[in-house]
Amino acid sequence: MKTAAQLKPGEKGTVAGFSDSDMSLKLMEMGVLPGQEIQFKFAAPFNGPRCFKLRGYSLSLRLNEAEAISLN
Amino acid sequence: MLKVALVGNPNSGKSSLFNQLTGLNQKVGNFPGVTVDMKSGIASIGNDTNIELLDLPGTYSIYPRSLDERVVINLLSNGEHAEYPDVVVVVVDASNLERNMLLFTEIKDLGIPTILALNMMDVAGKSGFEIDAKALSQSLDSSVVVINAREGSGLDDLKHAITEAPEKQGEFKSFYAAEELSQELVRAILEKYPHKNGYRAYQMAQQLNELNFLSPDEKEWVAGIKAQYDFQDKKLQEKETLDRFALIKKRLDEALVIKPVKAGRSLTDRLDKIFTHKIYGYAIFLSILFLIFQTIFAWAEPFMDLIDLGFSEMSGWVHKTLPEGILNDLIAEGIIPGLGGVVIFIPQIALLFAFIAILEESGYMARVVFLMDRIMIKFGLNGKSVVPLISGMACAIPAIMATRTIDSWKDRLITIFVTPFMSCSARLPVYAILIALVVPDKNFLGVFNLQGLTLMAMYLLGFVMAILSAYVMKKLLKTSERSYFMMELPIYRSPRWGNVGITVLEKSKTFVFEAGKIILAISIVLWVLASYGPGEEFDRAEAQVRTAQPNLDESAMDNAIAAYQLEQSYAGHLGKLIEPAIKPLGYDWKIGIALITSFAAREVFVGTIATIYSVGSDFEDEGTIKSRLRDEINHDTGGPMYTPALGFSLMVFYVFAMQCMSTVAVVYRETKGWKWPILQLIYMSAVAYLSAFIVYQWLS
Repeated sequence: MKTAAQLKPGEKGTVAGFSDSDMSLKLMEMGVLPGQEIQFKFAAPFNGPRCFKLRGYSLSLRLNEAEAISLN
Repeated sequence: MLKVALVGNPNSGKSSLFNQLTGLNQKVGNFPGVTVDMKSGIASIGNDTNIELLDLPGTYSIYPRSLDERVVINLLSNGEHAEYPDVVVVVVDASNLERNMLLFTEIKDLGIPTILALNMMDVAGKSGFEIDAKALSQSLDSSVVVINAREGSGLDDLKHAITEAPEKQGEFKSFYAAEELSQELVRAILEKYPHKNGYRAYQMAQQLNELNFLSPDEKEWVAGIKAQYDFQDKKLQEKETLDRFALIKKRLDEALVIKPVKAGRSLTDRLDKIFTHKIYGYAIFLSILFLIFQTIFAWAEPFMDLIDLGFSEMSGWVHKTLPEGILNDLIAEGIIPGLGGVVIFIPQIALLFAFIAILEESGYMARVVFLMDRIMIKFGLNGKSVVPLISGMACAIPAIMATRTIDSWKDRLITIFVTPFMSCSARLPVYAILIALVVPDKNFLGVFNLQGLTLMAMYLLGFVMAILSAYVMKKLLKTSERSYFMMELPIYRSPRWGNVGITVLEKSKTFVFEAGKIILAISIVLWVLASYGPGEEFDRAEAQVRTAQPNLDESAMDNAIAAYQLEQSYAGHLGKLIEPAIKPLGYDWKIGIALITSFAAREVFVGTIATIYSVGSDFEDEGTIKSRLRDEINHDTGGPMYTPALGFSLMVFYVFAMQCMSTVAVVYRETKGWKWPILQLIYMSAVAYLSAFIVYQWLS
């Protein structure tokens, strides 16, 4: 299944669910809900955090946090 | 007085609003029982009525993920808390309404009169959101006020809403009845705690481990109830969050008009292309750091000279004015110079914090955290460690306090542990005098000044040791704790100078009071140690010197007597006592005294060696100390005492050694125990001793 970490710059995806239950609670509080569209914007070098656009704001996530988001 | 708490997501403009309402009428205290800063202030709401305003830490929900955030649920769900508010104002970023509303609905359900303050409507308008505040108020069944925290508009409406809120709170209606997710458990809790509302009872079960107002017996009881009714906290929390967002969407639909806007690349997007670029991003960050330090040293110097002069004048005036005696000496030689030693760092600290506040206010600091996270993780740190480490170059005390935003305890502990390795401004006078003494003022490769390069090398050395120590600690400390990064990258905007000014004032005050207390106390102790001695030799100093060197003029005589007295004082005896231990580093008992006295604060080193080498009252004049030190003879070799080997050995010692009582005290406070400050003290002293030993043996 595709995760948010596999999006290419500029590519959009729709959140399907989460592969990590602890992380999902925090992600949901940040507005990452199933059905939500997110767009990958850019990443920090050396596999650093990634920046996603959703709900009109920019959210940065570590690689493992982005990997916990599965997409449709 | 009405108590009002401000709550909101990070970057919602909550602090700007707090500053607008209270101005300079604010203070930083502690939440009872926990070491989390409590910012409170008094604001006038008209008709000679004042309110007490409390600025709570920014959070995305009442389920905390860091130490700071824990305060919110502990305050708002505990009616007996001394600071329990009568009204809560939830500040929301209107351009990001849905996500911001989550916190609002949670807090409303706790049953405190709650006002929604819609901030950043201008940004929302540009993104195509139009919000009908009146309709929103109806659909949420709450007061809604439109404000602009940056410009200070809408404050009268907000004040009006605050005054009305306690009476307006009619029968409590929850936004979302989370307690219905586990009715039997909530009923059982309410039977024991009848004054709580349903959501608070539910939160007792949800956040049992976070609530610090429950006694161990109560916790045990709640845990029992949770087991009895098979309370699935995570599952329920997930359902609660999803349901809340669904309900928020429904309620907002009634009040929100979304207009299509032309999707152009915003300024923030364009700036991010540069600031987070894999090469330019780091280059810009390094250039900014470089500029900041250049400016700090250049701009702070005249003020520091002025303060220095002021305090030595004051000391001299007291010495002449007060009747002679112990009190006179204590004030003129102990207390005033001790205070001066604290105050002199204010210009550098104020400037550094001004720069940090500007970087934070503008939104740039979040990008630094973003860029540095991956690199810092490799060394057991975290993107958020960058701010404390940079602040540590001014002063470790505010830097260590700034680690509270790091949510992982392990990352935070490591950051606290290694921050004192960053060369703070107190080390600068030590470096300055030693470099002037042992490094020639020549150019290297034509452009680089050798002395400047040495100074930079000292700063780098401290930084490298901080990183290496963090790496070792990462390997040693085992933890199963999860750390989250998840952070909003706010839009870039020009900083509000009022906010910057207030931050600077607040940080400088914290430094003066935290460090000041200890430095003052220690300087009195040191004064006693240096002014009294065992036996008669100390009292006979004057007679001794006058017979030995009868031909000295007045001031040289005073200096010689002072030096002789110091040698015979308790401090002098201590110096001789430790001489065997520091001999391998190249130090004699005189430097030993300076090591002991500067244990309280590094900068005391310069003053002490100045006194020892009997420069007397001119000791702030670097030229004079320099020539005295240069003339000092090493009695073992017959050559000069201050060789490059000794100079570098001392400098390296000061790069690594803890030598700061205030830091020990603040680490004790932040880690709630003696374990970490003591380990840190031992570790840093050991590193300092070994490195100084290696440097001295290698160079001599």
